[in-house]
Amino acid sequence: MVYLTRKCEFSASHYYHNPEFSAEENQRIFGKCANLNGHGHNYTLEVTVKGAIDPKTGFVVDLKELKEILNREVIDALDHRHLNKEVPEFSQQIPTTENLAIAIWNRLQGKLHVAKLHRVRVYELPDLFVDFYGEA
Amino acid sequence: MKVHLTRRYLFSASHRLHCDGLSEPENQATYGKCNNPHGHGHNYALEVTVSGQVDPATGMICNLSDLDRSVQSEVLERFDHENLNYRSEFDGLVPTTENLSEVIFNILKQSFTAAHLEKVRLEETMMNSFEYAGGAELRV
Repeated sequence: MVYLTRKCEFSASHYYHNPEFSAEENQRIFGKCANLNGHGHNYTLEVTVKGAIDPKTGFVVDLKELKEILNREVIDALDHRHLNKEVPEFSQQIPTTENLAIAIWNRLQGKLHVAKLHRVRVYELPDLFVDFYGEA
Repeated sequence: MKVHLTRRYLFSASHRLHCDGLSEPENQATYGKCNNPHGHGHNYALEVTVSGQVDPATGMICNLSDLDRSVQSEVLERFDHENLNYRSEFDGLVPTTENLSEVIFNILKQSFTAAHLEKVRLEETMMNSFEYAGGAELRV
């Protein structure tokens, strides 16, 4: 079993707001992330897949194909978008890095034909990242 | 949905690797220049990984500001700009980064309870790093 990680970047804006919380609660829990005008990040996404090496090609996965899937399923949908307003997963859900990692996993799951999705890692900042392994 | 969150912090400290149970030549042979008598320092990078279920109301496994506050008060204020050899945590314990990783994990295990502490990862320099998960195997 070999693990392969592909890295890519996207930039997006978001804000954190729960309509069931009072303005004071939103401010207390989410701090400056609660500013309804939003703010943005340069996100770095690392997608790790695992699988056996194909003896004919020497590949776990065709990187070109993986790149195309990442671009189509994730980057095209998220890059230079407002997560709250333009990405359907976040119409009802707060676009935290935790939820973003889960959403990206769900977008990729089932799209890989050869290798198995192992981990989605999303860096919101160089000093903050979230890992999701598809666990309940 | 169980999610892992990692936050990175920086602190600087000095230490000298020296074991009282070894002779001077043995200390020198074991620790090399890390045994020089007046110690030396590093800029340590600490990564703290916690895990938990995402709270649907907040989208978070824990509030990052609570984690930052715990690490600040329990770890960074304790060790930043300190000489590790003179700290009580290293009474009878050589302040290698292996031991420092265990010490920090155990401190955070006691003080931060808002999410499950998975592991700490400590970079001593850009060229070496240490991870401790409370005795558990590390996850790829």
